[in-house]
Amino acid sequence: MLSSPYISEKTSVSIIMLKVMLALVPAIAAYVWYFGPAILISLTIASVTALGLETIAVKLRGLPAKPFLMDGSALVTAWLLALSIPSIAPWWLIVVGTFFAIVVAKHLYGGLGNNLFNPAMVGYAVLIISFPVQMTHWAAPYSLAGEHLGLLDAFNYIVSGVLPDGWKLDAISTATPLDTIRTQLQLHRTVTEISQMPIFGSIGGQGSEIIALLFLAGGVYLWLTRIITWHIPVAFLGALTLISGLFYLYNPGQYASPWFHLATGGAMLGAFFIATDPVSGATTPKGKLIFGAGIGALTYLIRALGGYPDGVAFAVLLMNITVPLIDAYTQPPVYGHKGNKK
Amino acid sequence: MSRQIYSFHGGVHPEENKQISTQHPIAIAPVPSRIIVPVHQHIGQPAKPCVAVGDQVLKGQIIAEAEGYISVAAHAPTSGVVTAIAPHPVPHPSGLSDICIHITPDGQDLWTERKPIDYRNLNASALRNRLRDMGIAGLGGAVFPTFIKLNPGVPQKVQTLLLNGGECEPWITCDDMTMREHAAEILQGAAIMRFMLRAESVLVGIEDNKPQAIAAMQQAATQCDFPIEIITIPTLYPGGGAKQMIKTVTGQEVPSGGRSTDVGVATFNIGTALAIHRAVNHGEPLISRVVTVTGNVGQAQNFEALIGTPINELVALTGNSVDPVTGYLMGGPMMGIELAQIIDVPMVKATNCILVKSAKLFPPPPPAMPCIRCTRCADACPADLQPQELFWFARSKDFDRAQKYRLFDCIECGCCSYVCPSHIPLVQYYRYAKSEISAKQKDQEAADHARERHETRIARIEREKQERADKLAQKAASKPAAESATDDPAAAAKKAAIQAAIERAKAAKAESDVTAAPTE
Repeated sequence: MLSSPYISEKTSVSIIMLKVMLALVPAIAAYVWYFGPAILISLTIASVTALGLETIAVKLRGLPAKPFLMDGSALVTAWLLALSIPSIAPWWLIVVGTFFAIVVAKHLYGGLGNNLFNPAMVGYAVLIISFPVQMTHWAAPYSLAGEHLGLLDAFNYIVSGVLPDGWKLDAISTATPLDTIRTQLQLHRTVTEISQMPIFGSIGGQGSEIIALLFLAGGVYLWLTRIITWHIPVAFLGALTLISGLFYLYNPGQYASPWFHLATGGAMLGAFFIATDPVSGATTPKGKLIFGAGIGALTYLIRALGGYPDGVAFAVLLMNITVPLIDAYTQPPVYGHKGNKK
Repeated sequence: MSRQIYSFHGGVHPEENKQISTQHPIAIAPVPSRIIVPVHQHIGQPAKPCVAVGDQVLKGQIIAEAEGYISVAAHAPTSGVVTAIAPHPVPHPSGLSDICIHITPDGQDLWTERKPIDYRNLNASALRNRLRDMGIAGLGGAVFPTFIKLNPGVPQKVQTLLLNGGECEPWITCDDMTMREHAAEILQGAAIMRFMLRAESVLVGIEDNKPQAIAAMQQAATQCDFPIEIITIPTLYPGGGAKQMIKTVTGQEVPSGGRSTDVGVATFNIGTALAIHRAVNHGEPLISRVVTVTGNVGQAQNFEALIGTPINELVALTGNSVDPVTGYLMGGPMMGIELAQIIDVPMVKATNCILVKSAKLFPPPPPAMPCIRCTRCADACPADLQPQELFWFARSKDFDRAQKYRLFDCIECGCCSYVCPSHIPLVQYYRYAKSEISAKQKDQEAADHARERHETRIARIEREKQERADKLAQKAASKPAAESATDDPAAAAKKAAIQAAIERAKAAKAESDVTAAPTE
């Protein structure tokens, strides 16, 4: 070292990324429990693709591959993307999404630390816009389907699109609760009626509400280990609760409850793992609150009034655009520049 | 204690490593084989040598006088012969040399006459001059001439005298040990400072990882004839920084670019208080201090060592080091400086710690990775800066924006570098940006100066030209009067018109030259 300090905390980007992945594990386990092991296949495909593309991209940029592969950022992106799309999505969908995340959103913008947009959400957005049909085939929860694809069958289906003899796609796939509420509302049914449907579970969907709870637990772990601060998740979930609560109070027949919105779709994953991406998010404490609240509000508006069942990805990307402005206008006062108060 | 403790933003908890150097009491280091006293050990003007080579000097004798306002004197740390007044490497990361007075000790350690100062009956200004001549400078690290800070100012600006016993840097224990062993003397020094500043309250801030020092100071405080408050503050680096300490004990922030007196506080290191006590009550100038020698050494310990002692002789007192030595730091691991060499580099008034490095204690940091804007640096910054933004601006040489984001409020405490998971040497970037900005400002000043000189020169040339033209015109005006008698008036009028036109053209040109000059 050229000058002080001569010591540093035993931490690294790799350790941070590993902790993020560790925080995802309980929810992934629950995912397997409720929706079958297909998610493990898609996580693997996404991981392998991400690491491969990362290696190529880093090498093309003339950088040493090892430290950049070891930093774990590509794996985190891959996992977040795989968790955002249907677990039984075809392999090429995962590859295309990962390509846009790693190559376009990350490395074309200058690699780790330089991307303006959340890579996983760029990948997701490309897929939902380009391949809406494949993106709506979600695995049905075990409690509804009665059976799920085994590991090998899931692998076969994801890679070749062939289901085992006698299996039908309809039997193993289903619309998500958010999707259901959207289509059923258009059929002039009330939220109260719709929420009697089995897919809804107790709050936010069969199985998925438990997974959301475990994402929440993972997020609390990240907060306790100081990987993330509380600002973005609290502002995100707070804004989502507030605005969905207002709509719900206005017309409970037309708008789902705030609890439903918190427990369903990408709310918890988004609040703790996606919106908190440090690279593409706001950095000042006040900025993080604005950034998080913006995502929460936009998520709700897209869900309730927009053209897509879930809104987290677009909300994150839209708020990514505003980050430089937010940061510039929320600089906290520096020591010695505040008015003295006793 | 009922006093409210405030907290400053950020801060870190590096491993303390303090216990290894507090196992033994402070030892008196023996008189070294040679003494090298730099004339410049404080902030401000170097002192001016007032002895000659070959002179016999006594311990405590003044050997270099203060020169200019911000300066203090230097003294012979022991008796002996002045062998050289010449440049010698001083503690500086670059191994820079500076004028030093070299003394070969005679082994007698004979004191010069010591006269205690009757400070209560001395005029304030004379008292400050005595302290200047006693060589008292701040021992906390900044080495600011103490007498200047002991001026209460008109109107009186200082209500609170704050003694800083924070000592938040890891490894260093000299203040801790000094407080344990010299608590009463420190408070006698505080009494003098309180008298000089006419301060209303006296506070001592000590981090809670020094329970024995706190107990000793509290015990000593009960013997004091004036109220004094020993405040236990949480251990959090850089809580011992003057600005952070002031915030912790008063809740006030020193304004940017201002001094602690702006919030009515004068802050001194406890070692400085001890030095003042010795100077005033015993007539002993500042010729020694307590220094921690620790890290990769045989037995880490604190020494009362003479200023000018070669650091290698000091390190040798601790026995053989445990592992291969990889370097030497003066100061702590967070803000200390790496000594380019230690062979006979002398310890100075600022030397609070010699930290011997090994690969085990100070492994080289992993290669830097890109910044991921995780803002741990911002969370740790005690100046409430956004280090990740400053890093970006420094790297892209966007110095204007770096200044707008308050680069110069960075105290270089190193918290940001310490917590950075990408191992980016952030503080180095800020030092670089600061020096670039300063260099640019100097260049700008030099350019302004040159332009002013150029403009003055052009103006002078024009003035001379004008004067010549005026003279010529005068001559011409007196001539036609004589000539008109012989030539016809029409020719004379024509001539005058031509002359006037020439003058006009000249004036116009001169004007355009003057306006053109600044654009050069």
